[in-house]
Amino acid sequence: MAPILFHWSAEDKLAFYQRIADAPVDDVYLGEVICSKRAPFFEKHYDEVAEALTKAGKQVIFATLAEVMLKRERHMIAGFCALEDFPLEINDSAALRHLKDKPYRVGPLMNVYNEDTMAYLAARGATHFSLPPELPRDSVAILAAKAKELGVTTEVQVFGRLSLALSARCYHARAHGRIKDNCQFVCEQDPDGMPLNTLDDQEFLSVNGIQTLSHSYLNLIGELQDLQDMGVTHFRLSPHTVDMVAVAEIFRAVLDGETTAQDGRAQLDALDIPAPFVNGFWHGQAGHRMIEA
Amino acid sequence: MIRPELVCPAGTPSAMRTAVDAGADAVYCGFQNATNARNFPGLNFTVPELERAVAHAHAGGTKVLLALNTFPPAGKVDLWKEAADTGARLGVDAFIVADIGVADYIARTHPDIRLHLSVQAAASTPESIRYYCREFNVKRVVLPRILTVPEIKLMADEIPCEIETFIFGNHGLMVEGRCSLTNYITGLSTNMDGVCSPAAQVEYIKDDAGNLSTRLGEYTIDCFSCNESAGYPTICKGRYLTPAHDGPYYAFEEPISLNLSTLLPDLMKAGVTALKIEGRQRSKAYVKSVVSAYRKAVDSIMAGQDPQISDLLALTEGQKETQGAFKSKTWR
Repeated sequence: MAPILFHWSAEDKLAFYQRIADAPVDDVYLGEVICSKRAPFFEKHYDEVAEALTKAGKQVIFATLAEVMLKRERHMIAGFCALEDFPLEINDSAALRHLKDKPYRVGPLMNVYNEDTMAYLAARGATHFSLPPELPRDSVAILAAKAKELGVTTEVQVFGRLSLALSARCYHARAHGRIKDNCQFVCEQDPDGMPLNTLDDQEFLSVNGIQTLSHSYLNLIGELQDLQDMGVTHFRLSPHTVDMVAVAEIFRAVLDGETTAQDGRAQLDALDIPAPFVNGFWHGQAGHRMIEA
Repeated sequence: MIRPELVCPAGTPSAMRTAVDAGADAVYCGFQNATNARNFPGLNFTVPELERAVAHAHAGGTKVLLALNTFPPAGKVDLWKEAADTGARLGVDAFIVADIGVADYIARTHPDIRLHLSVQAAASTPESIRYYCREFNVKRVVLPRILTVPEIKLMADEIPCEIETFIFGNHGLMVEGRCSLTNYITGLSTNMDGVCSPAAQVEYIKDDAGNLSTRLGEYTIDCFSCNESAGYPTICKGRYLTPAHDGPYYAFEEPISLNLSTLLPDLMKAGVTALKIEGRQRSKAYVKSVVSAYRKAVDSIMAGQDPQISDLLALTEGQKETQGAFKSKTWR
């Protein structure tokens, strides 16, 4: 279960992780990845949530900010990198400086596109690579094989909106006529992102503060077998307000061979997510496309 | 104050000659393939072209910086390595890189050639920049266009390498190296293919009322009434709809260009030692006027005189301009 990308209230996050403790997922990522201003709202709950998840048999990983600029953000990164109790997923190269030879995971917002970059980082502490979602299948296959050779693990996002861009500007604040420093946390109004449609009202993008995501949801349930066959070891679900326990159960059942991909897809369709599923990037095509098997 | 290097775009051999003759201290360019971030049709250099261009630039005392600043996808890394080897053989003065694997290859194989960290690497903190300096002996960082001048000044005191910033030209809104919007619509990736809003998938459609829609792939990016001039459909400069906003609006930014002419003295005092002009896709005439104007401005500042800012402002006549993130935090 990937970190929650959106600005959910502390209450909603607590309720979410309480349910996830009983969901059939192995790893749970905690931490604010998108906006350092949001971080204080949940900081005091991390110990409690991490403990509960660990007790429930989950591996807890702390994910770090994807964009580091300000002094406060630099201190956050330094603080996280000094954590002893939990593994880290890093999402900006600022963390690399602090982590010399200390084991860490590489997040999907870090640019690891090829086997050379993977090998370089793996030789210096990286143990696990969550790959950028725009990588096509053939490149993922090469990276999965390389990872095996290097003795590290690989992760591919299989569910949820696709992160498409980061900026220094907050587009949530901008839509409300504000600026980032005076945002009044308007992003809280959109727990799955703020819809951005084209002028002819075609659904297009989804805004989450400084992050731009796809309107559509990535769904690689039909490609799970292929992913497993090529040696990808971890499958990433990106949290949304849809019943994520149900989503996890469906993916788990297909991974375990208890449900066919086709039935799994039908069950995901039945969740009535208000956006289409896509898998174009995986097939080396435009990301908004859905290539049916 | 150190005399800054004026770094100018060379999208074609003739643009490079023009930039050299107009007083560029350095020019940057790329090969005709995915190894650079302006892999557009009709742009860039063949190997023989680059060979002649390097000779001409060096004869004029101008450095040649080779952009290898995209991210090779797994299975295609050799193309980037061959480009680096060729650049080394032709005597380029520096490589501009973004990918860790590419940086490592060049640092090991061509240790005598300078490495510059591309804006595409999105290194925005002293920690990140120091990492690249330590690991790959990077000599210069091209800063992402997200920092204010005071922030750049603080940065300069904390890093062991030179700072290059963009001062003029197209102003992308997303952090470079961290945007796959084009790939989402078109199937061509900015990071892997060096493509942003590819012309082959651009359409201009006029309706009966005379309104002009600009489209990229299957998506409308903007729509212009008869009295507006239509812009090129770049996703981050389009108009969109959202319930929180009354009517169509530029969700990310207006079509606007960066012009830091009035901030030039401040940038130089802040420790910026290389000033970059964007525009490898622009015409020879554009390169000539922009490079000449900035050449004069930089020389004036170095001589302790006020630069002729009005010349620089005239360059963007008819187009809106911005100082982007550089002037104030309120941009964010």
